[in-house]
Amino acid sequence: MRSYEYLKPTSLKEALELLGRYGEKAKLVAGGTDLMVQWKKKIISPEYVISLRNVPELSFVTYESDLKIGSATTHRTLELSPIIREHFPILLDAVSNLGSVQVRNSATIGGNICNAAPSADTAPPLLALDAVAHIAGPQGERTMPIAEFFKGPSRTALASGEIVTHFSIPRPSPNTGMAYWKHTRRKAMDLPILGVAVLLSFGQDGKTCAKARISLGVAAPTPMRARKAEAYLEGKEVDRGALDEAGKIAAGEASPRTTIRGSQWYREEMIRVLVRRTGLMCIERAKGAAHG
Amino acid sequence: MRRTIRFTVNGDPVEVEVQPHWPLLRVLRDELELTGAKMGCGEGECGACTVLVDGKPINSCIYPVLEAEGKQVLTIEGLVSSENELHPIQQAFLDKAGVQCGFCTPGMIMSAKALLDMNPNPTEDEVRHALAGNFCRCTGYVQIVESVRHAAELLLKNAKQTGAGE
Ligand SMILES: Cc1cc2nc3c(=O)[nH]c(=O)nc-3n(C[C@H](O)[C@H](O)[C@H](O)COP(=O)(O)OP(=O)(O)OC[C@H]3O[C@@H](n4cnc5c(N)ncnc54)[C@H](O)[C@@H]3O)c2cc1C
Ligand code: FES
Ligand code: FES
Repeated sequence: MRSYEYLKPTSLKEALELLGRYGEKAKLVAGGTDLMVQWKKKIISPEYVISLRNVPELSFVTYESDLKIGSATTHRTLELSPIIREHFPILLDAVSNLGSVQVRNSATIGGNICNAAPSADTAPPLLALDAVAHIAGPQGERTMPIAEFFKGPSRTALASGEIVTHFSIPRPSPNTGMAYWKHTRRKAMDLPILGVAVLLSFGQDGKTCAKARISLGVAAPTPMRARKAEAYLEGKEVDRGALDEAGKIAAGEASPRTTIRGSQWYREEMIRVLVRRTGLMCIERAKGAAHG
Repeated sequence: MRRTIRFTVNGDPVEVEVQPHWPLLRVLRDELELTGAKMGCGEGECGACTVLVDGKPINSCIYPVLEAEGKQVLTIEGLVSSENELHPIQQAFLDKAGVQCGFCTPGMIMSAKALLDMNPNPTEDEVRHALAGNFCRCTGYVQIVESVRHAAELLLKNAKQTGAGE
């Protein structure tokens, strides 16, 4: 009988101890929406499964000097969070169409990031927001910009024995617009063919772009930032034409594959279109934010 | 490796011996003989196995049974009243022909219940958003959406009547 021992630590300390004790024989599980399916398909066969669902320190959303999101916070909690709804529309865009209500009630942001699928819907927004991953391990705590976290499909920078505790996100400056566009064939219950996140902060004049972030999902082996396209926009007055050019540059930086869900050519074309479209949404939202 | 756990199903406390890798759905169907929740895909895709845990809809086919320990589980069987009357959402699905083969229906109704508990008067968009994880291979979803909106009306009417009687 293929089975495992299921462990339910109730503190981070206990979770780290168990992970240290069982090492490679153990797998962490948060919502299990990736892990349980991988187990059923026999992609993984851990002897010990260590659940993070009952570790209260890992599940929270706070917004003071910065935004902090516990790794085991479910997408549904984020979707319903007044903080996210009011201040971080880019995350709301990502979580409100991730799987179904049922999936979102279990699935967590930490699981989404640590599973490290090129299609992870919360990855482009976290990249655009300059999120930092906070990691606890046998050697204590360390932090890492999310841009350094992804090492390949299903591969992260986590060392053995480490747990992501939370993500911190700096408070965006005023006059910022942010949006995530999930390109799919149906609205819900579909992984993105392409995911595009854009964040634009404008200077005092409300027009000159002080900071640009453009990040892409399913455009490379890992979620990625299009840094040349970002640099192109910074210091410019951003309009449709500038966004068009940024989209072209971003498509050049990406290295999408041809898969059953879309060809390389199609994805490159769509990066152009969607960087422009998502950028225009940011301009609209920045105006709304300035008025609100 | 078997472990004994306790939780509440449809208001009744239960104690079952389980294997640690079993999903909740298996225990509901095979150990507790509550066969309302259905096994469709087994991978979280179709919603046929939807039940509520502490009021929230989840896919019980991928929900570890050991996480149900100490929690309140509600299945379609728990909606019928003690006088054996159908729940207004069940009645609404009959009235509005939201059922064809019926395989998806228990999951649809549990998702609808979770929605209406939170939002008693949802728009069509809100209904579709809440039911996006429940697949139906028979109907065109139109009758299902109508059923849920009719259920909302029935529930609001009931609430008014009870309110007036006080
Ligand atoms: C039907 C269905 C639809 C889906 N739709 C989408 C979708 O639209 N978009 C999308 O992006 N994803 C989707 N997913 C995938 C999945 O739901 C998400 O990736 C989800 O966020 C994973 O979170 P989880 O908590 O369930 O992860 P788990 O399965 O619990 O864990 C995933 C991985 O991360 C590791 N892990 C978890 N937490 C930590 C931590 N704190 N520290 C270190 N490692 C950790 C685990 O060991 C495991 O390897 C879908 C899945 C299903 C079943
Ligand atoms: S059987 Fe659980 S979602 Fe399909
Ligand atoms: S009525 Fe047959 S699957 Fe929905």
